[in-house]
Amino acid sequence: MARTRYAPDRGLTVRMTATMFLLGLVFVAFVVVIIGIMSAIGASVGAIVFIAILLGGGLAFTSLFYSDKIALSTAGARIVTPQQAPELHGIVDRLCALADMDKPTVAIAPTNLPNAFATGRNSKHSVLCVTQGLMDRLDSAELEGVLAHEMSHVAHKDVQVMTYASLLAIIAGLLVRFAFYGELFGGGRGRSNNNGNAALIFLAMMVVSAVVYAISFLLIRLLSRYRELAADRSGALLTGQPSVLKSALIKVSGAMSQIPTQDLRSAEPLNAFFFAPALNLRSPKASLSKAFSTHPSLEKRIEQLDKIQRQLGQVSPE
Amino acid sequence: MGFLDTLFGRTKPVQPKLDDLFALPSAALTLEAGTGFTPTGSGSVSFRAVEGKTFADITKDVRELLDMSAGEPGGGLPVEVTKDTFGYTWVVSSHMSDDVQGLVTDLHAVNTALVDNGFGPQLLCTLVAFRDSSERRLALVYLYKRGTFYPFAPLPGEKRDNALELEVRGALGDDLKIEQDLTRWFPVWGAPGL
Repeated sequence: MARTRYAPDRGLTVRMTATMFLLGLVFVAFVVVIIGIMSAIGASVGAIVFIAILLGGGLAFTSLFYSDKIALSTAGARIVTPQQAPELHGIVDRLCALADMDKPTVAIAPTNLPNAFATGRNSKHSVLCVTQGLMDRLDSAELEGVLAHEMSHVAHKDVQVMTYASLLAIIAGLLVRFAFYGELFGGGRGRSNNNGNAALIFLAMMVVSAVVYAISFLLIRLLSRYRELAADRSGALLTGQPSVLKSALIKVSGAMSQIPTQDLRSAEPLNAFFFAPALNLRSPKASLSKAFSTHPSLEKRIEQLDKIQRQLGQVSPE
Repeated sequence: MGFLDTLFGRTKPVQPKLDDLFALPSAALTLEAGTGFTPTGSGSVSFRAVEGKTFADITKDVRELLDMSAGEPGGGLPVEVTKDTFGYTWVVSSHMSDDVQGLVTDLHAVNTALVDNGFGPQLLCTLVAFRDSSERRLALVYLYKRGTFYPFAPLPGEKRDNALELEVRGALGDDLKIEQDLTRWFPVWGAPGL
């Protein structure tokens, strides 16, 4: 009875673990350095760090708690009932029964940009949103593939994971700003009091925070790309149709790069939860934009789906 | 999902629960005594087909297996295999109206074939159809992943007879594991075999 065609992808797990380990390492190093600075100068820096943590934590917690409402209003989406969108609800109902999941709230955003996102702090408070453009462009099997991808994000609790992962970057970002103002005002006052140390300390804190911010930003983007691959994988295994997901990806990516920029900017804040990024990544600086991208390249995603296709087609499972 | 699964972003495909399906024959008797609904003798299994030849071959084998017993005493009509608008495959089996046991055996053969070949997670639901004397339609739907049943009573124009569904839930509460979460009672409009 241990036969399965659904063995986990070890390589992906290892890469994701390494990324999260590095993120944790940066966090620990950051804490050590800040404590070092604090013990050198005393309470005034401590207070700033404390405020940054409180503010950053509060910010992250609020955005996590209200993620469904924030995302819906940002996208201008409206919640639809089964009577208003019977086909969409039918697909979601069946996927939920197949995956044994709670049914998310279903919403439609009236934009022509073909995309979808899922958000919410847990499966009970999750929202699944597709754009009108997506429904117009994809047939129902492809739409199902996209929805299975989004529901995998919900099952993997990606909103929570990414919020916790971003916490460090948020705090570091706040500290850069605080230290900058500290340098401007506090440092200036310090000099007049014959205390050059404070300016130096604020400068050190700003540099350290900026470095931490940059590193954690890259790691978060890397983690986001791995989470996308994981959602592709789970989605394709759920429907058993990796090739349909491939064709949906190609259609959506092709259409995404033809959309005028004005639409793109309004959709950009939601990028991390989208099915495909709302940016054209085929720029000359491909390697740089790859490192900053929230989504893996189309080639990578399709390559993975090819692998799943072979895995599902084995005559005798492992 | 465990903590590690969340951390690594992986879902274990849910294996189906098959045993509770065999509570159906005795529940059919209770249903008739309580509400007057009798089995029509037809029922169906629904699953999400996997792309590729391996899965197509398995579907073909199941069909041949079920058709072998068709026409024999205790067997039913040849099975029908259809695809619905959502892309799910339905295997419909028809028996004499008093032969719920034979029907359930047929439906279980489909389950076994999929599970034995490692495709258990693709099973969606099983449906057994009932009628009463005034030709009202009712289906008992079995959710594989939960191991629970729920009633589905379609009315013309994609409406549901919720009162009847709740009446059936009351009548069968002791015989079947009824799905407690009403949001999971999803409609199966126009399901083959209903």
